[in-house]
Amino acid sequence: MVYLTRKIEFSASHLYHNPAFSAEENRRVFGKCNNPHGHGHNYVLEVTVAGEPDPATGMVLDLKELKEILQREVTDRMDHRFLNYEVPELAGQIPTCENIAAVIWRLLEPKITRGHLNRVRLYETPDLFVDCYGEGNGASGRAGGAR
Amino acid sequence: MKLHLWRRYRFAASHRLHSEQLGEEENRRVYGKCNNPYGHGHNYVVEVAVSGPVDPSTGMIANLSDLDTFVESEVIEPFDHKYLNEEIAEFRENVPTTENICIEIFNRLRRFPRARLERVRVEETGLNSFEYAGEPAGATHER
Repeated sequence: MVYLTRKIEFSASHLYHNPAFSAEENRRVFGKCNNPHGHGHNYVLEVTVAGEPDPATGMVLDLKELKEILQREVTDRMDHRFLNYEVPELAGQIPTCENIAAVIWRLLEPKITRGHLNRVRLYETPDLFVDCYGEGNGASGRAGGAR
Repeated sequence: MKLHLWRRYRFAASHRLHSEQLGEEENRRVYGKCNNPYGHGHNYVVEVAVSGPVDPSTGMIANLSDLDTFVESEVIEPFDHKYLNEEIAEFRENVPTTENICIEIFNRLRRFPRARLERVRVEETGLNSFEYAGEPAGATHER
């Protein structure tokens, strides 16, 4: 099994606010992330695909194809957007790093048709990031290997 | 959905690699310049991964301010700007290699009450790093 990782960056704004909380509770739980005007990050996304190289091409997955999937599914949707208002997949959710990573997993997983999506790592800052392994059991990802 | 939340911290500390179980000559041979009797220091980077269900009301596995407060009190405050061999009780008997530092930090952080500790990664320099995820169920770690 070979693990291939592609990195992209996108910039977006967000804010944390739960309408079920009082104003005071929102400030207490979310701190400065509750600023009603929002704030932004340069997100860095690392997408890892696992699989066996195709003997004819030596590739797990054509990087150009992965690049196009990431452009279409992530960059076009999220880059230079206000995540709370402009990304329907996040509607009704607090756009934390955890929730954004899970949305990205769900967007990418059905599009990866060679090998399988192993890990989505999303950096909100260099000091805060989330790894998503989908619904598989444990950090090794889904059992069963390449499809 | 299986998610790990990672947070990166830093501390600076000095140490000396010297084993009481080895002779002077053997210590010099095994640890090289790290055996310098006056010690030396590093800027350590600690990455901590926790997991757990995402609370739908906050979108979070754990509130970062809770994790930061816990790591600060358990690791950063006791380790930062200290001589590890003398000022951290566990390293009076265990050589403070980054392997042992990684295990010690994991053991301190596993008590975090708000999420499950998955993994600790420690960079001694930008060129070497160590990871520890605890022992498999049933195994015990020899100290």
